[in-house]
Amino acid sequence: MNQQRRSLLKYSAVFGLMASAGLISVAQAQEWNKAAFEGKSLDDVFKILGAGSPDKSSAVTLNAPDIAENGAVVPVGIVTTLKAEQMAILVEKNPSALAAQFYIPAGTEPFVTTRIKMGQTSNVYALVKADGKWSMAVKEVKVTLGGCGG
Amino acid sequence: MSDPMRVRAAENGGIVDVKILMKHDMESGQRKDAAGKTIPAWHITTINVKANGKDVLNGQFGPAVSKDPFLNFKYKGAKGDKIVVSWVDSKGDKRTDEATAS
Repeated sequence: MNQQRRSLLKYSAVFGLMASAGLISVAQAQEWNKAAFEGKSLDDVFKILGAGSPDKSSAVTLNAPDIAENGAVVPVGIVTTLKAEQMAILVEKNPSALAAQFYIPAGTEPFVTTRIKMGQTSNVYALVKADGKWSMAVKEVKVTLGGCGG
Repeated sequence: MSDPMRVRAAENGGIVDVKILMKHDMESGQRKDAAGKTIPAWHITTINVKANGKDVLNGQFGPAVSKDPFLNFKYKGAKGDKIVVSWVDSKGDKRTDEATAS
């Protein structure tokens, strides 16, 4: 029997066990979307997420500061009036555009806030998928001190 | 095992506001050490939040999320909901912490 198949079987057995033990949920068992997080440019990420070219929408609000003094900690929030299934935060000029992605199950408000790193002044994109369609909001955040280098 | 997370959950008018502070270095893979060698990326990849056993949020993080990631979201719930937060990082390390909505 070939080696790859063996290790695959072993992996699925381990994951199956973890899932049945309630340690990981089905969604977590889904692998981390490596391709999307390695996408360098906005267009790469849009393509991988299947977002095409999202329309700007006033229903999506991106809460971010105008000026971030410290690029290592930039508070960013997404709020929308749409029935969001997924949300994503992208930074145009970061080495990899996608910063974070969220799956919003029914019963959870379409509201997420987190903190991200920004290498330099850049446009920040908030993407929202609702009813199978992607919408977005854009805001430029000026960074005084970059958060990606040493 | 990594340091515990801080999880706060407060109910108000049928909406539970959850704030999570994870303890993680979130190495971006961009920084260099004193010898000029690139420090490899090491960051949380997936995060799952459950309330009373039901998923309320799933997230995926890239290395661009800040050190000691903070997360705030809201879901429809009640006082006393048992909230379980777990994350997995890019080295396969895991951490799970619990809180009760108040």
